Amino acid sequence: MRKSSSYLPWLSILIAFLLILFLPISEHKVHLATRILIFSLYAVAFNILFGMTGLLSLGSALFYGFGAYVTGMLTKSYGGDYFVYLLILGSISAFILAIPLGLLCLRLTDVYFTMLTFAFGQLVWGVCIKLYNFTGGDDGIQGIPRMALLETTKSYYIFVFIIVFISLIFLWRLASSPFGLVLNGIRQNRNRITFLGMNVYKHQLLAFLISAFFTGLAGGLYSGLDGSIHPNMFFWTQSGSIILMVILGGINNFFGPVVGTIIFILLEDYIGKTTEYWPFFLGTIMLIMVIIFPKGIVGILTRFLKGPQTKKELANGSHS
Amino acid sequence: MEAILELKDLNKHFDGIYVSKNIDLKIEAGSLTAIIGPNGAGKTSLFNLITGFLEKDSGKIFFKGRDITNKNPEEIASLGIVRAFQVSSIFPYETVYDNLLLASLSHHKKNFNFFSNKYSFKNICEHTNFILKSMNLENKKNLKASELSHGDQKILDIAMALTLSPALLLLDEPTAGMSPEERKNMVLIIRELHKKFKLTTLFIEHDMDIVFGVAEKIRVMVRGEIIAEGTSEEIKNNPLVIESYLGAEV
Amino acid sequence: MDVSFLISQFVGGLSTAMLLFLVASGLSLIFGVGKVFNFAHGSFYLLGSYLAFQFINFFNNFWIGVICAILGAGMFGVVMEFLFLRRIYGRSEEVSFQILLTYSFILIIDDMVKYIWGPEYKTIEKPASLIDQLQLGGVLIPKYSIFILILGFVIVVTFWFILNRTEMGKVIKATAIDRDMLSLLGVNVPLVMTLIFGVATAMGGLAGALAAPLRTVTPGAGIEVIIDSLIVIVLGGLGNFWGALLGAIIIGEVVAFGILWVPQWASLLNFLVMVLVLILKPEGLFPQKKSGRV
Repeated sequence: MRKSSSYLPWLSILIAFLLILFLPISEHKVHLATRILIFSLYAVAFNILFGMTGLLSLGSALFYGFGAYVTGMLTKSYGGDYFVYLLILGSISAFILAIPLGLLCLRLTDVYFTMLTFAFGQLVWGVCIKLYNFTGGDDGIQGIPRMALLETTKSYYIFVFIIVFISLIFLWRLASSPFGLVLNGIRQNRNRITFLGMNVYKHQLLAFLISAFFTGLAGGLYSGLDGSIHPNMFFWTQSGSIILMVILGGINNFFGPVVGTIIFILLEDYIGKTTEYWPFFLGTIMLIMVIIFPKGIVGILTRFLKGPQTKKELANGSHS
Repeated sequence: MEAILELKDLNKHFDGIYVSKNIDLKIEAGSLTAIIGPNGAGKTSLFNLITGFLEKDSGKIFFKGRDITNKNPEEIASLGIVRAFQVSSIFPYETVYDNLLLASLSHHKKNFNFFSNKYSFKNICEHTNFILKSMNLENKKNLKASELSHGDQKILDIAMALTLSPALLLLDEPTAGMSPEERKNMVLIIRELHKKFKLTTLFIEHDMDIVFGVAEKIRVMVRGEIIAEGTSEEIKNNPLVIESYLGAEV
Repeated sequence: MDVSFLISQFVGGLSTAMLLFLVASGLSLIFGVGKVFNFAHGSFYLLGSYLAFQFINFFNNFWIGVICAILGAGMFGVVMEFLFLRRIYGRSEEVSFQILLTYSFILIIDDMVKYIWGPEYKTIEKPASLIDQLQLGGVLIPKYSIFILILGFVIVVTFWFILNRTEMGKVIKATAIDRDMLSLLGVNVPLVMTLIFGVATAMGGLAGALAAPLRTVTPGAGIEVIIDSLIVIVLGGLGNFWGALLGAIIIGEVVAFGILWVPQWASLLNFLVMVLVLILKPEGLFPQKKSGRV
């Protein structure tokens, strides 16, 4: 079992996010913090597939965009009062959409899986742009209202915080559940999972659906943040950015993607403001991470902080 | 004695090369049987056919009198035919304990539970500890599986198979690549398992000393066919076997 | 619509297909031999276009410019393989890391191109000798398209010859099957891998240079091409050289006729084809034979 001290870094991050509520910081910073929370959820949901199950999807933006469009478009037509219900509806829609797509994509493995998710994502992106009358095409949709209670930036931040917090706890329980162990097993040795009497496909499908649900939820939350949605939420570079956040933080740790997201969004905010060549920096960072630090920042830190202890822990560790 | 596993006229070929040709095989409950044969004789393929990993061209497989010819690998495993692998098939980044826990969770059908902690099931943890103990892996339970020695990885592989409480255990070259010391240990384990749990065991082996020392019954496979069966003595003296297989060695 | 129009559309589709094939076959070669999935392959096409633009203006000669583009793209490919890709071979979950590493190169190369040459459109003139059209039985066909078809054909035949009739071809094929065995036999496998990577990226550069006079040159071209080539090799079966040829022809023609049939949705047709193929025949139209061993 893990020692309680290993939760300390995560607790401090949690406290930092809570402090934002009480500190007199600018609207922009609160907005930034909200974005970090939303993308943290997206990244952790993505990592259920990638880091745990070993499935690299290049189409996660499909569910993100879908959740955003369902929530955003319906809120626009029915009014901000229904936002919370429509948020859940958006997540469920992403979940339902994931059933046929998961059934199809998961029949394939490795690169083929990645490519099919990629193709589906691009297809939906294209359709979204072409259906100008319905989705607003290239321009997207602006002016999505929020309910009166969530009018201010800070109140929306609190709302997002609660939703993301609950979701992360759910996903964290999933990661340390029997199902989570099976997913890790599928990544490491899928044949053995079969010969232990378990159906790899069904487990992958459930992981795919759960991941889609929370990805859609993140999309819905984002539609409420800026009150606008646009087709690029479906675009493959969106899926790519999430992959980088996850890699940056570390794929083998549940909270790694959260750390990656924080760093990514702060960097994007900072570098993106000073140069138009943000993708170049993004690429360079990703290159360095993949070559030198494949375990991500959390991976480096754990090795650095706990390296010498590990053996001792192992020797007198206590399971059961 | 009653046959627990029965293969009837099983055939499988790749591009005209038979890995199984008219295989008829009966494995009696509680028996300890070895399959020997030169490389490429189709021994591992036979295991793949039994466990549903390869599709059969023709023929039938019965397990406890039930037709399992067209069942999936995972269904066959749940029915109680469990295998360990020639190259040990483990979960390298999980601890030894979690490797066995995973098998145990599968055995107790908890694999879709995504809300409870994986260590929270008392009976499953006890079961896991029991297996750890009986396979002498207790003091290594918190090591990552990839940190184990080659021999221990094979033992872990077999331990995972045992966790499923198999009715029939298939061992594919349990001593391959082991040091003499580890081999001896493995022989002891196989004997012990067979005695203690009355476990029906079918194993593939290259080391003749082990085969002749351990197996109650031996089947000889050459080019996809079973050419002989019998006790150690019968096999040693079978002219056909000597000619086509043992000849070079004996 | 009269027949001659359809024929000229068909030939146009074929020349698109040939350019796509040059990119896709390189991608396929790298995957088939080196088991490397080069997501950044389209960026070498992009590099080829811009290098051609630069050197054609510098030397004031189309052909020298094209040769410079081939060499430049190939050299960049060699550097990328030698300095970076080589470091992740054999890592667990290698495929994912390959995709990520090469994805980062898309971002880097595309932005570098934007930085050096600017975001605006560039145009290249066709060489003077190939500028006009040829009349073939009442159908007008641009000489440049015919040139691309012939060149593509020559390259296909050359590759077939190298792969099937030479010592080098044997080594390349053997690398695809068993790297360890080959290095035991004294072949410098890493060098073979680097060379193949160089040749494949050079082919991408060639395609970019040749496509430049047909399309406008923009920093986004790399992405468009990699997406199309991915579709092509998925159609043909990953790592299958000849499958890639057929895949390229299918996509070239689907695009050429899709514009006539459903102009608005033409840009989505290739994705639709990819989705359908992956669902119906996941291993591509020409799956490679699998060995029986598990």
